[in-house]
Amino acid sequence: MPAFKPVLLEAVGVPNGHLLASYKSRGGYAPLERVLAEKQPVDVVDMVKASGLRGRGGAGFSTGLKWTFLPKDHPGPIYLCVNADESEPGTFNNRILMEDDPHQVIEGIILSSFATRACTAYIYLRYEYPRSWHRLQAAIDEAYAAGYLGKNIRGTGFSLDIYLHRGAAAYICGEETGLIESLEGKRAWPRIKPPFPAIEGLFRKPTVVNNIETMACVAQIARRGVEWFKSIGVPADPNNPRDPGSYGPKLYCLSGHVEKPGCYEAPLGITARQLIDEFGGGVWKGRKAKAVIPGGISMGLMTESELDTPLDFAGPGKVGCLGLGTAAVVVIDDQTSIVDVLHNSCRFFAHESCGQCTPCREGTSWSLRMLERIKAGKGRLKDLDLLAEIGSTMGMMPGSTICGLADGAAWPIKNAINKFRSEFEDHIKRTNPTGWMVTEPVPALQIVEAH
Amino acid sequence: MIAQRKILTDEMIAQIETLASRYPTRQAVTLPALHMVHAALRQVPLEAVVEIAEVLGLAPAEVQDTLSFYQFFHQDKPHGEVRAFVCRSISCALRGGDELLEHLCHKNGVKPYGTTADGALTIEPAECLGACDFAPCILANDDLLTNMTPEAAEAELKKPRGRAT
Ligand SMILES: Cc1cc2nc3c(=O)[nH]c(=O)nc-3n(C[C@H](O)[C@H](O)[C@H](O)COP(=O)(O)O)c2cc1C
Ligand code: SF4
Ligand code: FES
Repeated sequence: MPAFKPVLLEAVGVPNGHLLASYKSRGGYAPLERVLAEKQPVDVVDMVKASGLRGRGGAGFSTGLKWTFLPKDHPGPIYLCVNADESEPGTFNNRILMEDDPHQVIEGIILSSFATRACTAYIYLRYEYPRSWHRLQAAIDEAYAAGYLGKNIRGTGFSLDIYLHRGAAAYICGEETGLIESLEGKRAWPRIKPPFPAIEGLFRKPTVVNNIETMACVAQIARRGVEWFKSIGVPADPNNPRDPGSYGPKLYCLSGHVEKPGCYEAPLGITARQLIDEFGGGVWKGRKAKAVIPGGISMGLMTESELDTPLDFAGPGKVGCLGLGTAAVVVIDDQTSIVDVLHNSCRFFAHESCGQCTPCREGTSWSLRMLERIKAGKGRLKDLDLLAEIGSTMGMMPGSTICGLADGAAWPIKNAINKFRSEFEDHIKRTNPTGWMVTEPVPALQIVEAH
Repeated sequence: MIAQRKILTDEMIAQIETLASRYPTRQAVTLPALHMVHAALRQVPLEAVVEIAEVLGLAPAEVQDTLSFYQFFHQDKPHGEVRAFVCRSISCALRGGDELLEHLCHKNGVKPYGTTADGALTIEPAECLGACDFAPCILANDDLLTNMTPEAAEAELKKPRGRAT
């Protein structure tokens, strides 16, 4: 792979890199000045569309295309919600962008608002990021003082306010309509779609929801151009007309059992093995990987033999995972029990399900109870079939729930049981020698509170 | 009505009004207002819910409905002077997060979500804090405690620290 220079992470390690002066010295805000002086909103939409940029928040939807779903000639207001809820276990790249280069994010937000004719951008920030909160607020203040925000920016007639809005420690606020409900001051219950936010979103007005890293990419595309962006990553598959390709740099979050956990920038399409070996210093303690989460816990599990899978938008799906997700790569070494890993995953989703949809509420809670029982040495082989059934029947993709949380809960179950079934069977037979074959209903263990 | 207000200070009301100018509905200020009271009192008692509702022109039940969705807000009793969120999600669990939580609860004589008798410390299991590069980690008020061992965490949580903002 040719030497690749970080762009999104350019400011990391630069003294005072988070300040406006430093950002400008790196070329920041000049693209915005140029756009405001010379371009129309539609030009920016076309630029982002041409770049092939796909959203970095998890779903990988084409950003430019999403913007075109807004109604034409709408009298306004149109809103931009910037998703900084970043709660997918394993993920922390938004935090690093907000702390180390907040102006890159803000320039991206201003450009995106100009393109979509949004008059107000709300950054929905998870509560657990107090440092990001202070850094972003200080940067927003600097941007107002420099005339990049406020009324009639640079005399163009374009006005924009950016406000920070803090969440309250709930994963579901990252789902775009959960975020909208939460911002409106209600319970973060995702909405049934359609209508999609582009038509009827925040305060029932047309709304775009985009991730923080997506915003940073927009700023870099404006600075370095569409050709630059398209020269990085994995081009669209010519044999698949529906593949939009995986272009641009990506922030991979590497954690778990590696020597050097961290956020690393690489071209989309680096393999998990390259990431672990070249950036992460290898699996820790000289061990081998047993499994790797490709993009946050919702995406499921890859086995050791699947580690050469390219981590682009299409790669993880080819080995049965849900997708690239947030590109948060979590390494699990060969000394770790996969029962424990799945228990941890089930506990997370049982805790975070908002409870609106029966399959998700009951499925996440029962899968946790079964895993509690298996961990406690009371598991039965039949539980594996029940778990596999939950794993394949709850979710938006089978069509039984409102939002994608249920798919995210199902995938780790499905992958763990399919790919590591013999380890579950061994564990169950070893820890429950007299009861593993029972198929009649068994009394529940004392219910351990999920919350 | 105003005369009976016990919890919201004039300063808080002024702040709520400033925030209200940022949104087209007053209901959108619910979460910021709850945060404001929680940061000051380390709880949001029912009286505060009633007062917030009054200022925002909502029914108290609407504010309480929102509050109760987020387990974040303590209502009946304040949380400790230090509120420690101990991460239990996957990247931290792989590096000893569960053991860390168990050790801290044991040494401080509390159950998860409990507060020490002197009101100094509340220990709460948390989902991914978005700092998995520093696993296992703890968010104690506004401070991120990184790469914690049980012993180091025990010592850190004895230290006084600034309030959560
Ligand atoms: C349960 C759930 C949680 C999500 N959490 C986040 C999140 O924390 N941050 C984020 O950007 N997107 C999250 N998403 C995806 C958003 O719904 C949405 O697709 C995304 O913010 C769009 O931005 P993008 O197109 O720039 O990626 C989540 C989705 C689901 C189903
Ligand atoms: S799928 Fe789960 S999290 Fe999503 S709306 Fe339904 S119950 Fe809530
Ligand atoms: S898993 Fe603990 S901070 Fe992410």
